[in-house]
Amino acid sequence: MSAVVERCARQEWKSGPMSREVCHQFEVLVVGGGPAGLAAAARAAEASATVGIVDDNPKLGGQIWRGADQDAAGSDASMWLARLKARGVAVICGASVFDLPRPRVLLAEAETAVHVLAYSKLILATGARERFLPFLGWTLQNVIGVGGLQAMVKSGLPIRGRRVVISGTGPLLPAVAAHLRERGAEIMVICEQASWTNLLGFGCSLLQQPGKIRQGLRLSRQLAGVKFLTNAWVVSAHGGTALEYAVIRSKGETKAIPCDYLACGFHLVPNLELPMLLGCRIRNGCVEVDDLQQTAVPNILCAGEPTGVGGVELSIVEGEIAGLAAVGRVDEAKRRFRERAKHRAFAHALDHAFRLRHELSSLPSPDTVVCRCEDVRYSRLDRYASWRSAKLHTRCGMGPCQGRVCGPAVQFLFNWNSESVRPPILPVRVESLAVSASGPRSEYAEVLGGSK
Amino acid sequence: MNGGRHDVVVVGAGIVGAACAYEFARRGLRVAIVDREMVGGGATAAGMGHIVVMDDSEAQFALTRYSQTLWQDLRSELPTDVEYDRCGTIWVAADDEEMAEVRSKHEYYGKRGVPTEVLDSPSLQRLEPNLRPMAGGLLVSEDAVLYAPCAARFLIERAQEHGADLILGSPVTQMGQGKAELADGSRFTAKFVVNAAGACSPQLTPGLEVRKRKGHLVITDRYPGFIRHQLVELGYLKSASALHKDSVAFNVQPRRTGQVLIGSSRQYGAEHEEVDHEILSRMLTRAEEYMPGLAQVSSIRAWTGFRAATPDKLPLIGPWPGDESLFLATGHEGLGITTSLATGVLLADQIAGRKSQIAIDPYLPSRMAEVVAHGK
Ligand SMILES: Cc1cc2nc3c(=O)[nH]c(=O)nc-3n(C[C@H](O)[C@H](O)[C@H](O)COP(=O)(O)OP(=O)(O)OC[C@H]3O[C@@H](n4cnc5c(N)ncnc54)[C@H](O)[C@@H]3O)c2cc1C
Ligand SMILES: Cc1cc2nc3c(=O)[nH]c(=O)nc-3n(C[C@H](O)[C@H](O)[C@H](O)COP(=O)(O)OP(=O)(O)OC[C@H]3O[C@@H](n4cnc5c(N)ncnc54)[C@H](O)[C@@H]3O)c2cc1C
Repeated sequence: MSAVVERCARQEWKSGPMSREVCHQFEVLVVGGGPAGLAAAARAAEASATVGIVDDNPKLGGQIWRGADQDAAGSDASMWLARLKARGVAVICGASVFDLPRPRVLLAEAETAVHVLAYSKLILATGARERFLPFLGWTLQNVIGVGGLQAMVKSGLPIRGRRVVISGTGPLLPAVAAHLRERGAEIMVICEQASWTNLLGFGCSLLQQPGKIRQGLRLSRQLAGVKFLTNAWVVSAHGGTALEYAVIRSKGETKAIPCDYLACGFHLVPNLELPMLLGCRIRNGCVEVDDLQQTAVPNILCAGEPTGVGGVELSIVEGEIAGLAAVGRVDEAKRRFRERAKHRAFAHALDHAFRLRHELSSLPSPDTVVCRCEDVRYSRLDRYASWRSAKLHTRCGMGPCQGRVCGPAVQFLFNWNSESVRPPILPVRVESLAVSASGPRSEYAEVLGGSK
Repeated sequence: MNGGRHDVVVVGAGIVGAACAYEFARRGLRVAIVDREMVGGGATAAGMGHIVVMDDSEAQFALTRYSQTLWQDLRSELPTDVEYDRCGTIWVAADDEEMAEVRSKHEYYGKRGVPTEVLDSPSLQRLEPNLRPMAGGLLVSEDAVLYAPCAARFLIERAQEHGADLILGSPVTQMGQGKAELADGSRFTAKFVVNAAGACSPQLTPGLEVRKRKGHLVITDRYPGFIRHQLVELGYLKSASALHKDSVAFNVQPRRTGQVLIGSSRQYGAEHEEVDHEILSRMLTRAEEYMPGLAQVSSIRAWTGFRAATPDKLPLIGPWPGDESLFLATGHEGLGITTSLATGVLLADQIAGRKSQIAIDPYLPSRMAEVVAHGK
């Protein structure tokens, strides 16, 4: 019996209560409650369709409207939310879409339920996420994403008097810096990797967009006195258990800057997992859509960042067009094309101005961790020809985040293309994945509908 | 382009091709291994990696047992990323009828020198408290688990140390008559060519009776100690041998990483590699029935793979009638990781004209030709 006794399993994982299945049927289902999704849902519902919107956060609003300010009267967020409410759009928050059990049905996991979402038309508005690039020390505590730090501060992290270094690229850097500063943070420096000429070109491209210029001027007022370096980036972060200082490179020199937080963000990458799972065609890292935001898959439309990162105005107008197109209001949709074209020009300018410089790919040292979930270091990866072979032989990208973090990094570092997508697109409970969308466990006909 | 002259060209760098190349190279043959993609990226990347002795037939037993001992011999040389773990298998009996099966299995294994132990309900419960109370089970303590893609890489690296060439990235379009031709135009000549292309082997050797049998698996996040043995329902044997129906069975495995790998399903006629939600749902529901605690465990990925199935459920190891240069190493169905090492040895013995340690007739491809000849 000795062989037996040494291998006793532990029973710490008790079975909890079983999740409910809740079924819904919508004419138009929108995935993602950011600006694109809200605009799409509102437009479709205003044309009398039964509309549902699902988002994995506790509240609608997406990356930028999630904060407390969405209730403020007169804000864009409150305006769109009011339009949704007026039309009785069914809102399902705190639920992550993770699989497609059969055509025209999605599954979304919530804390105690699995939503079975049937639709006639689907609008994907899944947004984008920050890109991280590995460098020495990037896994230290308090080295975090720019957007992540902003979200933490919005939900109560005390930042007053804390020293923050901001590094990376893109318009998010000054925006977040201004926000943190307003909350009392001491911004030590902003390192923008793009060159000054690129930024200048970008600035010129904004001349047709007074709104953006106003935003820019406001930002520069808010950031008066803050050191903003171009052609500059973080090389490494140092400290014992917690962060002590960051080393930056600027004008060919390196310099140590003491700080409590190092916020990094190398622009955004579209969230393509769901579009890919649904079979949408991807081109140049974005979902391919036609003029009416229609993807290569019939009845599936896409709006906002997944079609190309271009900021809130572009997301809204794409959302509107998708919402209108989904309910057949093509003429109305066409009237928004000019507006969209203008904002797309901005998106192109963004892409151009904030292209990642080559030097960043030499930041990792041989033992810099690239995949945090599985603790895979740089030196184990560079010999592979594809992400899939690296993944199979080193476990890079095999952890709970399934390459969400390291994927965009290895794409930049090694030019490896994104992996195939498998369900669940986010980690879910086994019982959720086991939901048989047609099975007897379903409580059917619980249709939370819109006004019609 | 000329790929050069070798003694043997192995087509397919899955675990089976890797094991063949390893054995040939060790015996001093000049070997080339060719794969259209990468090392261990086919069924080898999808399989569970359970090194298991099976008793479906005498021939199946002989091959699995022989190969298991070869894995044991190699154990001390396996690098850590092969994650070899002699965790043992417990065949789980749900009721008295299955308990009777436990006892006859115990006797069968005992007679053939495989140590096993009958577990009553309380001892099973003590070993695996996350199982719902069961009638009992059979512990087969020499069974093991490994991570096959790295095992394949290890075998190929060993072959390379003995001078083997590895050629990746271009598919073989034609093989036989002492040569293999690649899509990129290169051409290899050799005394022997080995078709180890797994479920794709019939494309290279027309007439080969190998069908794709699709399987699904789900991997969880890390829960160290959630289970300790590979746990398989005894009903699995019924499900695995049902040749025509889609079937699912409770089959879960502890990984070195602390993850739980949940299987398994078997389907014919499903040629696309997408996850089939209905089957997945049945498979996971089955797993939850045996292990209620699994319901709350976080799953991170599901995937599929194709087993290369033969009509009599035994692999094809040996010469292909009609072409003296062509050898097969395919048709390993759900046991190719287990039986890969033995496949390499049996094939190398045949090429060298040496007698093998176990009888090879049941695995010879000529048996298929006989079936055809007898009009069956
Ligand atoms: C023991 C074991 C443990 C594992 N543990 C984990 C784990 O912890 N985490 C994890 O994430 N995975 C794990 N895996 C799974 C493994 O990495 C892969 O997921 C598995 O190889 C099968 O994956 P897949 O079917 O998703 O195919 P993928 O590995 O994703 O590969 C599919 C391939 O098909 C290609 N492809 C896709 N669509 C098409 C098309 N239409 N036409 C042509 N080519 C296409 C893709 O480019 C890709 O190369 C484990 C595997 C094993 C064996
Ligand atoms: C879900 C599932 C679970 C399993 N569980 C287990 C288990 O627990 N234990 C066990 O022992 N077995 C298990 N198996 C079976 C095992 O995975 C296979 O038997 C084994 O991996 C087969 O290895 P192979 O080398 O023959 O095939 P593969 O790994 O498929 O290798 C074939 C190789 O040939 C290459 N190839 C194909 N066509 C060409 C061409 N024209 N030119 C060049 N190269 C080509 C492919 O790229 C591939 O790399 C399982 C299988 C599945 C699907």
